[in-house]
Amino acid sequence: MTELIQQIIDGLGRGGIYALLALGIAVIFGVMHLINFAHGELITVSAYSSYWLFSIGLDWWLIAPIIVVVALVTAVIIEFVAFRWVRGAPDFTMLMTSFGVHFLVQALFVMYVSANFRQFPRPEWIFATFRVGQLNLEIYDLTVIVITLLTLLATYLLLQRTMFGISLRAAAEDFDTARLMGIRSNRVIRSAFVLSGVLAGIAAVFWLMRSGQAGPTAGLSPMLKGVLAALIGGLGSLSGAVLGGFVLGLVEVLLISRLPSSIAGLTDGIVFLLIALLFVFRPQGLISVKHVERV
Amino acid sequence: MLGIESLTTRYGAITAVRDVELTVRAGEIVCLIGPNGAGKSTLLSTISGLLKPSTGRVVLDGNDVTGWAPDQMLRSGLALVPEHRRIFADFTVRENLMVGGVTQTASRREQLFDEITSLFPILKERLYTQAGFLSGGEAQQLAIGRALMSDPNVLLMDEPSLGLAPVLVDQVFELIGKLREGGRTLFVVEQNAQRMLSVADRAYVMRSGSIVTAGPAAELRGNEELFKTYLGRSGGAA
Repeated sequence: MTELIQQIIDGLGRGGIYALLALGIAVIFGVMHLINFAHGELITVSAYSSYWLFSIGLDWWLIAPIIVVVALVTAVIIEFVAFRWVRGAPDFTMLMTSFGVHFLVQALFVMYVSANFRQFPRPEWIFATFRVGQLNLEIYDLTVIVITLLTLLATYLLLQRTMFGISLRAAAEDFDTARLMGIRSNRVIRSAFVLSGVLAGIAAVFWLMRSGQAGPTAGLSPMLKGVLAALIGGLGSLSGAVLGGFVLGLVEVLLISRLPSSIAGLTDGIVFLLIALLFVFRPQGLISVKHVERV
Repeated sequence: MLGIESLTTRYGAITAVRDVELTVRAGEIVCLIGPNGAGKSTLLSTISGLLKPSTGRVVLDGNDVTGWAPDQMLRSGLALVPEHRRIFADFTVRENLMVGGVTQTASRREQLFDEITSLFPILKERLYTQAGFLSGGEAQQLAIGRALMSDPNVLLMDEPSLGLAPVLVDQVFELIGKLREGGRTLFVVEQNAQRMLSVADRAYVMRSGSIVTAGPAAELRGNEELFKTYLGRSGGAA
């Protein structure tokens, strides 16, 4: 029982990061019908920034907020340089553009920085634990869970209570009608990228604290997890993306801890298999987006 | 106030609106009638900026606004109540109205919100209802209320009575009368020609993308020949 509770907390910590990434992907999918395979590049750029910021002597307390800003700015730049030009194009064109950005950013780091991974220090407390009764809790997991929940709450309030949020949701529900209401396309899409950048930045801080390295493909794994979580949740559903993130995190941790060590390396493969099964039985994902017939 | 000069809009190879000329003067109610597929909605979409015209000009208050984006048109004082209402079904009634006032300052938005909810008492009762659950008549009132939240000088309406029960159709036309008293300029596309002509000042008749007839509404109303020739039935809908 103790073990299970510990695994659940571990899974929620992992899932929180996935949820932040998936939410950012779902926000962008909502307003532009783009599955952003370049979302991981925000993590890659954040990773190199962390490396450089460490090399000039900063510590995590300063680096964390800077990373969030870096991810935000990177998201806005990617939108401006790449996605703005294919807006309104068929979904497939946008998908290819996002792959293009993904590979281009990787290639730029390989060419102008290095193909090798570079290490930077993790916070000293990253594996520190404390005991609560029988439980042995990681400070890191609890920090991730608390910050993730606060971020999700703030995002919820932003989307529900502010004109910024109402505009974003209106554009996600019916882009043309939102424009007729006076919502500016450029601005609302940029704001979707800002939000997704901030969410990715917070996820990046946690991801990088744990991985402690920067490389051209640093963003690949977080991107895949984020896209998967968004798909599991039902693309386009923001609450689904968050749920998908937590489910994915939990399933991963429970699998890793239960599989015999000889096949524990297959965790990702088994997760993909489970996701494939999910789509066989529930192609719309966990939460289906209602498509209200407009007559 | 609103002038359309030799406007042509194409969808690929299809010319949906051909060389249209029309004017709407301040304070007038002008209607556009014609059979299905005449290009009426395409014309409204072009005026409101959702579609770009191939040739021709749109002039609003003396300014050439051809090809402006919908949000620019709205900021210039022209709002559209789109065909099929297009309310945000996942939003509450209140949120729908708030989106309509997105270009207003916060205090002005609250003021307009109060004005519009008193104009539509039914919306006031349903402020926190999800708009997707509204009846057709309520949804139509919401669509009009939402457009009025931008406090437009010119309001374009696309088929406001479409799909409504007769008693609700009466409400819509009553509302159009109210809006005129409020001094707004209206340009309305309607299937319900006879009813529309009874509230409009002037009318244009469109067919196959072109304006075929125009004149004072009262004159067109008595023109049996017109109804037979262009609207395909005698006297229009009930």
